[in-house]
Amino acid sequence: MHTQSIPQISAALQQGQLSSVELTQHYLNRIERYNPQLNAFITVTDELALAQAQAADKYLKNGTAGPLTGIPFAHKDIFCTQGLLTSCASKMLANFIAPYNATIVEKCQVAGLVILGKTNMDEFAMGSSNETSYYGPVKNPWDLQAVPGGSSGGSASAVSARLTPGATGTDTGGSIRQPSALCGITGLKPTYGLVSRYGMIAFASSLDQGGPMAHSAEEVAWLLNAIAGFDPRDSTSLEREPVDYSAQLNNNLQGLKIGLPKEYFGEGLDPAVDTLIQTALQELEQAGAELHSIELPNTPLAVPIYYIIASAECSSNLSRYDGVRYGYRCEEPQDLMDLYQRSRGEGFGAEVKRRIMIGTYALSAGYYDAYYLKAQQIRRLISNDFAQAFQKVDIIAGPTSPTPAFNLGEKFNDPVKMYLSDVYTIPVNLAGLPALSLPVGLIQQRPVGLQLIGNYFGEPKLLNVAHQYQQRTHWHQLTPTHF
Amino acid sequence: MNWETVIGLEVHAQLATKSKLFSGASTAYGAPPNTQACLIDLGLPGVLPVLNAEAVRMACQFGLAIQATVPARSVFARKNYFYPDLPKGYQISQYELPIVQGGQLKIEIDTLEKTIGITRAHLEEDAGKSLHEDFHGLSGIDLNRAGTPLLEIVSEPDLRSAKEAVAYLKKLHSLVRYLNICDGNLQEGSFRCDANVSIRPLGTTTLGTRTELKNLNSFRFIERAINFEVERQIALLENGQKIQQETRLYDAEKNETRPMRSKEEANDYRYFPDPDLLPLVISPQFLTQLIPTLPELPDAKRDRFMRDYELSSYDANVLTQSRELADYFEEVVSTVPGEPKLCANWVMGDLSALLNKHHLDITQSKVTAQQLAKLLKRILDNTISGKIAKQLFEAMWNQEGEPDALIEKQGLQQVTDEGAIDKIIDQVIQQNPKQLADYRSGKEKLFGFFVGQVMKLSQGKANPAQVNELLKQKLSG
Repeated sequence: MHTQSIPQISAALQQGQLSSVELTQHYLNRIERYNPQLNAFITVTDELALAQAQAADKYLKNGTAGPLTGIPFAHKDIFCTQGLLTSCASKMLANFIAPYNATIVEKCQVAGLVILGKTNMDEFAMGSSNETSYYGPVKNPWDLQAVPGGSSGGSASAVSARLTPGATGTDTGGSIRQPSALCGITGLKPTYGLVSRYGMIAFASSLDQGGPMAHSAEEVAWLLNAIAGFDPRDSTSLEREPVDYSAQLNNNLQGLKIGLPKEYFGEGLDPAVDTLIQTALQELEQAGAELHSIELPNTPLAVPIYYIIASAECSSNLSRYDGVRYGYRCEEPQDLMDLYQRSRGEGFGAEVKRRIMIGTYALSAGYYDAYYLKAQQIRRLISNDFAQAFQKVDIIAGPTSPTPAFNLGEKFNDPVKMYLSDVYTIPVNLAGLPALSLPVGLIQQRPVGLQLIGNYFGEPKLLNVAHQYQQRTHWHQLTPTHF
Repeated sequence: MNWETVIGLEVHAQLATKSKLFSGASTAYGAPPNTQACLIDLGLPGVLPVLNAEAVRMACQFGLAIQATVPARSVFARKNYFYPDLPKGYQISQYELPIVQGGQLKIEIDTLEKTIGITRAHLEEDAGKSLHEDFHGLSGIDLNRAGTPLLEIVSEPDLRSAKEAVAYLKKLHSLVRYLNICDGNLQEGSFRCDANVSIRPLGTTTLGTRTELKNLNSFRFIERAINFEVERQIALLENGQKIQQETRLYDAEKNETRPMRSKEEANDYRYFPDPDLLPLVISPQFLTQLIPTLPELPDAKRDRFMRDYELSSYDANVLTQSRELADYFEEVVSTVPGEPKLCANWVMGDLSALLNKHHLDITQSKVTAQQLAKLLKRILDNTISGKIAKQLFEAMWNQEGEPDALIEKQGLQQVTDEGAIDKIIDQVIQQNPKQLADYRSGKEKLFGFFVGQVMKLSQGKANPAQVNELLKQKLSG
């Protein structure tokens, strides 16, 4: 049951071969059995899931069901879910029951998806290994010694181990794509503004974007249909005609121009990863695509300016966690300053504090021009690099991550090394472009992801290319051995 | 040494929108604590601001009214600081690119006109309120006010005395109320003022060290606080001491300023553009369409009153201080054409006196413009005398009835029948033979006595002009 794709499950539900309650119970059983090893879920919502599944079965019977009705699903614990713990994997919010639903959660509910629970993540989405979670690290189902990537590591791990058919993630610098790559699944970071940020706990507002994670591009397309769209509650959300993201999956790739940025294939790239990426690119070539070498010359500047911009925004976004209205409050504060200092000192983890401090510094009087302002200027140059590239090619391709999953603890005490694992994903967020990671092979049983980057609102093209690749390969259908 | 005072004012005008600057919660004043604070005002995780279009329209109207530039692009920025009544840990404001840039306001001081520059006006959200009483050593927080739209209006340091500062504030107050963008209630904090005050030797041009005065919640206090502060600064400098750049609180009871707790002293607000809000783009067409929606502004109205009604500049200024007062006056004038001076005297005299006595504003007047106009018509057609009119006006104020009905009921019609007046005069002369003899022997001052007696006997109803004329004839024998 759990090896079926979302379209297959959907068909079975619509035809009455399977009930949503049975299906949901099956996934809840799998979570119960496997989650203790993986730590992919922070909260499992058994009762709510079964109640929603029952309602879904009613709709399936009376013919009012949509294509996603009754399909189990999970949300990253960064999305506010009414009446449920919404912790952002932080001690700071370990007691926070959200009083409202994020737009993305609301849309999933309207589409009939059944919520299995909330997935683990790096604290406040800050991390590339899922080791910064207050609830402990998430394990990679392909190798329990390996990290699942981050920050949407819980979602990636859960989808990969087939504890849920799909899940939401968020991507500020690669947090959907990198864990998707490391766990061997397909994940999409949409164009900035395509999916509402309302109710998604902010890390870096100008970079954050929610998106779907599943096994295949086809499933991702189905899920994107449910969550994309203008939201008047998010001022950075874009008003556009609705698109059916699954409509163009079967277009052929004849004449498709794929750009290969030479900066993505240079120093730092694991040669074994390079080999698998080249093999995948040959596959796309055989499907009719043309490969072109391109340049994105400002790529080396992306990681440093990202850590200025993202940290600056986070230092401000996380100011609201002050122990005054909700969330963690220190014991017996002596005065206001003590309340602030200890609540924040005790409530936030080390990585979050590191970024708050970097960001506070970057915005300080006397440093603003040299850091934040300069970073924004470079950000524009990075966008321009992509704009020029897209005059020559239709999509850009390269590795999602320079290496397969590294071991737990391997980079935890070397933040710069950790930050560099996002070198290929970060420029995309800075430019606000859509990008997708799909599995293209294994190195010693650890998956490798191919990243496809599209022009603004180029999601249909990305999904089309990924789907065509997946029609010719089986990597997206693999399940880690012990699950 | 002679010192020159230099004052710049920052006014926070609360915009009269129904909902908050970035949320749909109500802005109504006086609700129980925390009943008008929604998820967004509370700064919950994940919420996002959405700009109130009405607040933008109001800010643009203000910009147009002070002949300022409303740039095509302005930017919201975050002002970061921690305070318990600031839920997000930052205030959304405007910093480098405000919505209104470079305007001016004309004030009049001792009949001389002076133009005061307005550096900028920007949109920002208000914070909540910390309540330190009634919580047994703890502090309460009321977030009803959090997110309320403010227009912060910053003047150039063009003001040279407390008197000028007050004139500027009154003018600004009148303007925002004309525009209907702020209710101007100082007590409820809808119109708040901070004053930056410094002094320098007369004739020099560099600015002295300034202090910022806060807690100025009435025009009277503003004048007193500035005067106190100027004296304090002069005393310091003349004693060879220095002025500290600091924020000082005005204590109205003691009539003094004193330094505030220095909580904000070393604050670095770390302003940066708010990534949750796109730059605010205002098209020239939007502004063009806004121009016809502006009401006639105080200066234009004053000039028109002087021109069309031939009023003095003083009268015209008083009558145009508020749009409602001017409207009232014009309604009276339109019903009593050709007599603007009479109308002005009544509005500024008897009516204003009663309004002041009862602490009411013109919109709460117990006598409508139409009622006053009817009364004035009866003076003009000689039905009643001015003196009787004053009595009647009081009766009307006390809701005793319409002027004509009251005249009828109380028999207040003026006596203009010569025969009747003759009779009264005869009676007075008869009753006062001594005074008559004195008058005739040259004590002409007694004429007034006889007028008084006649009016008294007629219960004030005799037409005074006729009385004068007939009395002169009779007394001269």
